[in-house]
Amino acid sequence: MKRPLIALLTVLGLTATACGGTDPSRPRNTDDTVVVSVGNAVETLNPILGFGADGGSMMFDGLVTRDDDLEPVPALASALPTTSADGKTVTFTLRPGVKFHDGTPLTSADVVFTYTEVLDEKNNSPIRGDFAAIDKVEASDPATVVFTLKYPYAPLVQRTTLGIVPKNMDKNTFGTRPVGTGPFRFESWTPGDKLALTANPDHWGGAPAIKRLVVAFAADDNVRATRMAAGEFDAVVLPPKLAASFRGKDGLTVYDVPSADYRGVMFPLERPVTGDPAVRRALNLAVDRKAMTDGILAGTGKPAFGPIAPGTKWHADSVTGPAAADRAGAAKILDAAGWTAGSGGLRAKDGVPAKFTLMYPAGDSLRKELALAVGSDARKVGIEVDVVGLDWDAIEGRMDKDALLMAWGSPYDPDYINYNLFHSSLAGQGFFNPGRLRDPEVDRLLAQGRESVDQAVRKQAYDALQQRIQDRQVWLYLLFLDHVYVVRGKWSGIAPAVEAHEHAIGGLFRDIHKWRPTP
Amino acid sequence: MRARAIGRMVAWRLLFAVPLLLIVTAVMFALAKVSPFDPVRQYLGDRASLTSSEVVEQIRRNWGLDRPVLEQYLTWLGNLLRGELGDSRSLHRPVAEIIGERLGWTLLMVGLALVLMLVAGLVVGTLAAWRENSWLDRAISGGALANEAAPVFWFALIVISVFAVRLGWFPAGGLTDPAATSITPGDVAHHLVLPCLVLAVSQSSWLVLFARESVLGVLREDFVVGARARGLRERTVLVRHALRSALLPYITLIGVRMPELVTGAILVETVFSWPGVASVSVEAALAVDFPLLAAVTLLGTLAVLLGNLVADVCHVLADPRTVADA
Repeated sequence: MKRPLIALLTVLGLTATACGGTDPSRPRNTDDTVVVSVGNAVETLNPILGFGADGGSMMFDGLVTRDDDLEPVPALASALPTTSADGKTVTFTLRPGVKFHDGTPLTSADVVFTYTEVLDEKNNSPIRGDFAAIDKVEASDPATVVFTLKYPYAPLVQRTTLGIVPKNMDKNTFGTRPVGTGPFRFESWTPGDKLALTANPDHWGGAPAIKRLVVAFAADDNVRATRMAAGEFDAVVLPPKLAASFRGKDGLTVYDVPSADYRGVMFPLERPVTGDPAVRRALNLAVDRKAMTDGILAGTGKPAFGPIAPGTKWHADSVTGPAAADRAGAAKILDAAGWTAGSGGLRAKDGVPAKFTLMYPAGDSLRKELALAVGSDARKVGIEVDVVGLDWDAIEGRMDKDALLMAWGSPYDPDYINYNLFHSSLAGQGFFNPGRLRDPEVDRLLAQGRESVDQAVRKQAYDALQQRIQDRQVWLYLLFLDHVYVVRGKWSGIAPAVEAHEHAIGGLFRDIHKWRPTP
Repeated sequence: MRARAIGRMVAWRLLFAVPLLLIVTAVMFALAKVSPFDPVRQYLGDRASLTSSEVVEQIRRNWGLDRPVLEQYLTWLGNLLRGELGDSRSLHRPVAEIIGERLGWTLLMVGLALVLMLVAGLVVGTLAAWRENSWLDRAISGGALANEAAPVFWFALIVISVFAVRLGWFPAGGLTDPAATSITPGDVAHHLVLPCLVLAVSQSSWLVLFARESVLGVLREDFVVGARARGLRERTVLVRHALRSALLPYITLIGVRMPELVTGAILVETVFSWPGVASVSVEAALAVDFPLLAAVTLLGTLAVLLGNLVADVCHVLADPRTVADA
């Protein structure tokens, strides 16, 4: 009900704006408050329940943070951790003199408390699974924290961006009145509306230049665009088509930030049509990724050929392909595999028509457009695709039978997501390995990448993994999105880096404490 | 004697409310159970597809969702009787706290709207009756019927597009300005105007038409004819005689209109992003957040029951002829 109404409103709003109401390029508010707006409202401010687990929590610091190239660098730890030779003991030493916003000094007991709470089953933490490798966390002295792991887990360091909370926290009120060590202090939170923060002048990394920061939540893209145009916001994340009207305006900068956020088709591998590698290889050639990035993404995005984003150090350069469609090539593969065209151009093999269903989550207009594009490209080579929009609960029960237009992607560590998506031991467990890939070679590479402490060995394993995924055409990767931001005023310190699929208030704003106004 | 009769009526009504509330919660529980939406997925939100089934099952167990339906219901009911409303699953906070911080804003808006619509309904309806069949009467009656037919959210959007977007007189939504740090009465009042106005106007059609009919009826009665025959001024006749008698059935009508007022509040709060309990009920329903939904629905049911009771008590007090009947 809400969407068409808001769309109507926006049309009216934009007309009003166009009629000379407000000037989109008007200068920033002169006071010290910066208002940024994002679409996804945060539901809790408690890191234990998953707030800002991948950084960008503003009020909290993790043991490590990430530099502009997404490499872990020490934050609450004084240096990167030391890992034992078997990879199962990871030791952090804490930065001296760090204090929580209420003045309590940070000690290793707070770190132990944070991780113990996340791992406590009673707390229903949505991120508990991310830390499944941890056996126990102990403080050997007030400045040293030792993680003991169940199995070697190289991505642990990247996971320790999780914000540290004080052990004396009041569990009932912490989610609404959090206390951290981060560059910003909590001021107020109206759930679903906005979060107000003030600079922490005593931050160990130096005081932020932005004295007051308001994060306004506006779920509807059109509403965010209208309010940005009206000058209510200083920075905003927008879909490409809505951001287009802000390009080239004085005083505004549009950032097209590359992301690891891909869209692709997950195939049920145990089904006759989608289980045939020839069909998947043909589809890989038949889809016109260039038309998709140009048309559907308004030019902001890149064609995708594998699960790991170009621009990150883990990407295998050999995994690539032509962006435009190669229908002749696709037809050749299908002919050779015995999928011959019958009446109406639809192919069939041994009486089985080349036909499958492609689901997308109803309400996600981008995935809908992409699913329809895949359907129309497939039809041109004689494969019939039924495109259906469904609710997630309906989709989950059908993932072993029908293909699905999925979105994933993390730039931080290739173990994230990919282990869950491709390891045979997880086949068919909820959203993990939904296509039921069972490939011992893939399993071996995933294990090697996860467990090795040697970065070169890991890189080799993941290069081989990407190649293997492409050779078998496990998924049909379509494109990586750009995340588009519009920022008012001139700033230094804005450091766009490849972004993850889910970025809540992270993304371009993850280092907003380093932004400085420039004249 | 009268006081005792009223007391008995109140007692009976309250007694009757208990099974009714039980039925409401049971139906709600049953609906939540057959809903195709999975509360754990709603709880996990964006992270649902990154979460292993082991964690999902653990949360399900922690919430008791793996227990038989009847047991879940009785557990919830037991907690309710002990005054424990539980934790909201979608907002990760105690339900009592959420309702506590939002109820005030709803009461403020609905209370003001109620007063506004009662006064305006009475005045406008009386005006129409006073000039029966004039252009004023036709405009008022016609407008009231059209208003009754228009959906609240549609009316709200029109008001936003005119007063907030076009003219820019009032903000389009929220409780305070985005950059505001504290909640100041002036800021809230500024944000309150449109939602309050929309709720009052959208709910006032019946009141206007009813007041008109009621006053018209009274104007034909003997005592009004008598008053006019005594040469009293028209205003005195209208206000002191006709309106006073017409007021009685009007009071009852408010009770009858309570359910409409509650649903109207839900729509208005949602369109204007007003942080009250009514808008949170929509979020709770979408997230299959049973603890929150149950508490909010109970609150709505109570509002309707109390509204009716208060209207009836007022009626008994105002009209000596009424028998206080349970």
